[in-house]
Amino acid sequence: MAGLSTDVLVIGGGATGAGVAWDAALRGLHVVLADRADLGEGTSGRFHGLLHSGGRYVVKDPLAAEECIAENRILRRIAADCIEDTGGLFVTTPSDDPAYAERFAEGCRATGVDCEEVEPAEVLREEPRLHPGISRAFRVPDANIDAWKTAWALARGAHERSGARVLPYHAAEAIHRRGDQVVGARLRDVRTGDELEVEARVTVNATGAWAGRIAGLAGIEGVRVLPGRGIMIAMNHRLVNTVVNRCQMPTDGDILVPIRTVCVMGTTDVHTDDPDDQTVAEDEVQAMLEDGERLVPGFRRARALRVWTGVRPLFQDTKEGVASTRDVTRAHTLLDHAERDGVGGFVTITGGKLTTFRLMAEETVDAVCRHLGEERPCTTATEPLPGSEDGEHYMLGERLARREDGLLDDQLVCECELVTRRKLEEAMRRRGTSNLDDFRRVLRLGMGPCQGGFCMYRAAGIMHGLDGMSAEQANAALLGFLVERWKGVWPILYGDQLRQARLDDWIFQGVLDVGHLRE
Amino acid sequence: MTEVLHELLRGSLDHCVKCTICETACPFSNATPLFPGPKYAGPQAERYRVEDEPSVEWSVDYCSGCGICTQVCPQGVKIAELNAQARHKRKQESGVPLRDRLIARPTVLGRLGTPVAPLANATLRSRPFRAAVERAFGVHRDAPVPRFAGRTFRSFARRHSSPPASRRVVYFHGCGTEYYEPDVGEKTVAVLEHNGFQVEIPKQGCCGLPLQSNGLFDDARKYVLRLARALAPQARDGALIVGNATSCTLMLKREAREILGLADDPELKLVSERTYDVCELLLELHDRGELKTHMQPVNEVVAYHAPCQQQGHWIGKPALELLDLVPGLEVRELDARCCGIAGTYGLKREKYDIAMATGADLFRQIGASQAGSVACDSETCRWQIEHATNKPSAHPIELLHRAYGLPPAGADSKRSTLRGVMTRNVERVRNRART
Ligand SMILES: Cc1cc2nc3c(=O)[nH]c(=O)nc-3n(C[C@H](O)[C@H](O)[C@H](O)COP(=O)(O)OP(=O)(O)OC[C@H]3O[C@@H](n4cnc5c(N)ncnc54)[C@H](O)[C@@H]3O)c2cc1C
Repeated sequence: MAGLSTDVLVIGGGATGAGVAWDAALRGLHVVLADRADLGEGTSGRFHGLLHSGGRYVVKDPLAAEECIAENRILRRIAADCIEDTGGLFVTTPSDDPAYAERFAEGCRATGVDCEEVEPAEVLREEPRLHPGISRAFRVPDANIDAWKTAWALARGAHERSGARVLPYHAAEAIHRRGDQVVGARLRDVRTGDELEVEARVTVNATGAWAGRIAGLAGIEGVRVLPGRGIMIAMNHRLVNTVVNRCQMPTDGDILVPIRTVCVMGTTDVHTDDPDDQTVAEDEVQAMLEDGERLVPGFRRARALRVWTGVRPLFQDTKEGVASTRDVTRAHTLLDHAERDGVGGFVTITGGKLTTFRLMAEETVDAVCRHLGEERPCTTATEPLPGSEDGEHYMLGERLARREDGLLDDQLVCECELVTRRKLEEAMRRRGTSNLDDFRRVLRLGMGPCQGGFCMYRAAGIMHGLDGMSAEQANAALLGFLVERWKGVWPILYGDQLRQARLDDWIFQGVLDVGHLRE
Repeated sequence: MTEVLHELLRGSLDHCVKCTICETACPFSNATPLFPGPKYAGPQAERYRVEDEPSVEWSVDYCSGCGICTQVCPQGVKIAELNAQARHKRKQESGVPLRDRLIARPTVLGRLGTPVAPLANATLRSRPFRAAVERAFGVHRDAPVPRFAGRTFRSFARRHSSPPASRRVVYFHGCGTEYYEPDVGEKTVAVLEHNGFQVEIPKQGCCGLPLQSNGLFDDARKYVLRLARALAPQARDGALIVGNATSCTLMLKREAREILGLADDPELKLVSERTYDVCELLLELHDRGELKTHMQPVNEVVAYHAPCQQQGHWIGKPALELLDLVPGLEVRELDARCCGIAGTYGLKREKYDIAMATGADLFRQIGASQAGSVACDSETCRWQIEHATNKPSAHPIELLHRAYGLPPAGADSKRSTLRGVMTRNVERVRNRART
């Protein structure tokens, strides 16, 4: 059995885990970062896309608001390229309690969230699709953030700075203890079945909604994470170009986030027992569309592309005798198991928001250093991520500009998201994976209106031609991607997307007869 | 532009299922890799456009605006209109070259050239001059330019008075008729009068289409609204507006409202609803059994090309049915899509070759048709066809005019005035007799 030895093993490659790896690497530690799936395939890749200004929490959870605005300012500097500076609005629609606006403005003042009241007429000029009955509007520094890009930039940075090993598709199956000390874990490559032993001075459990399970593997009791699942619907194009929040107590379906070529309506919060629960309930979809109508009249007639579910990690300490370590106003939880359970070399970080991943990582690696008995200061608040050195934010038109540059000598594979053949082949060589969904996450392959209808077979063919994979493997890749895309399409099959699905179906069933492919 | 309208255009991209029918049909992207195609430039690229980011597309300038994509889209995506918006934004930011500002103003050119027509025509056909113009301004040396007629259609219209009739139409003649082909205008008037229309010809200017297609939206708006003001009074009185320049009538019918965002202008709306292409109007008359069908044989073979903009009227090919009525006339319908000129596109140095390649199919079909001449509803297309094939071309109305045996245009205008007066007198006598 293969083995690795490292300072820090990070289990979980979401924004938090990748952030921990980057932070630790910057502090000069050796890191192994493992995820049972691809980076960002957990909650981080299934979130709403919002870099919070904190505005959402100014009334309900002022401390969270303060954290958000502080991190928002930092991330704009260090992860500029992952962020598009759309700005945000809080608007009082006719469905909202008009009294909340005052509390909101007051909350912003108290928490230091930048906020400026603007004339509804001005807002409607900028965002003409918004409900014309808006009575008040506030501008805040919300933005969008690309979680996959962020996670990969963090992982790449960790690798560049201290040679971190990044191991997607490596699930932790056992956590090894020597007495009161966690000393590493056994990972399994879920694609090949190969096992890998990792010996680590400190192991970090950054598995979000799955954190209870991983803590359980280490024999730690009472780490209970109550998963709360939420759905989001991506619309075919940007109905708004600014993040739009309803100015009311945070609730379901009250934010519309423009991100990349789409805008995303969300979300819900339904308790579930299983963090792998990906249910999309019909009534939730209907409720979400209804909420969309409140912000953008005609929302139901606009084209929905896709729906997905993300699972929030809500931590509850059920260990007997332990006073709740969770500060109730704190959105995230750091469990130092040496303090809590008398088990050294093991730290759990869960909860929080994507917006606060850097702060969570900082606190986590501080704890790691305590375990190591070393003093290593955190530098993530000032060190830009790879790709963000120039401090320039992402612009929506970037891909189109690049495409125009390569118009005459490169081929378009994914027409909707403008993924070129050169980019795809480059990524295929780099990643060495046969899972087309991995290229979706890094390139947005197949994420546009046709949901892979036109690029999937092209990409499978290109992959087949590249590294001499067998026809059966290419078939499997194609089918796998088809199934994955279909999951998010069927719950919103109406209107234009239904027509698209029919055409896609004719292509795949009618022309390519995928139902009879040999795998 | 009114937001609502932009919403309608942008909202239409939701209907795109990527079927690629538009790209298969696009004559320009099939002729050059510089234009990646209407689906790319329209519903696809639109998703990457935000008002406050600069335009990043150079390729959309290679879209000619012919509008075929919108016509063929089975899902109702306003592709050409989206592309026009994008082109406009691009031009606004990168600036519109002097050349485009000039060739987009046929009235200015016409007014300059008409008084000195012989000289202007000779100069425009001088090789060294054209080479110099190409270098200085970027108008291709071989691009087809029309001949100034040396007289305006207006000068005819001023003298002409149409015999009173129960049916009234307002004639919208366009700039091509005004400065280069007044004959076509006179024949159109004659054919309409022959069929019992009283034709009114108010003073009028350019519809702004060339400005619009060159991305000069603000000027285009001014022009088309001025034109609408000129045509509206009669339209309000119930008269129909009829034109022989299919691109210009399309501008009035639809494009100004959709592309320039003038959907809410009441006068333009009125004018737009009452505007007809001349063949469309005559065919409707025929469908009601009211078109004069007594015609002399025209023993010729004619090829017919329906221009892209004519197809944008969504009226089929009424000219074909009208020409079918002419005894002896053998009409070969051509199915090639586009001649390539697209108004002013094919005049430009960097686009001339693309325009010629775009039209190659049509030119080949014309050659193979064995026709002696080509009938086509749009003047710029006719000039391009003549240039590329050396075959004479005519507006379908000119063939009808011949078949009706009406007196030649440009003939003694005094006589026709006299005839007008006489007919009017006869009418008056008849009316009196009736009462
Ligand atoms: C519906 C919804 C919308 C949200 N919207 C926003 C938003 O707009 N803005 C914002 O700031 N926050 C948002 N959040 C919160 C935010 O998404 C999460 O807090 C954040 O992504 C959590 O990141 P993480 O890295 O801690 O967890 P995750 O991203 O879930 O990462 C945990 C990882 O652990 C891996 N893992 C699990 N088990 C194992 C194992 N045995 N071995 C190895 N790896 C394992 C998983 O595969 C997963 O990748 C939203 C959350 C939800 C649910």
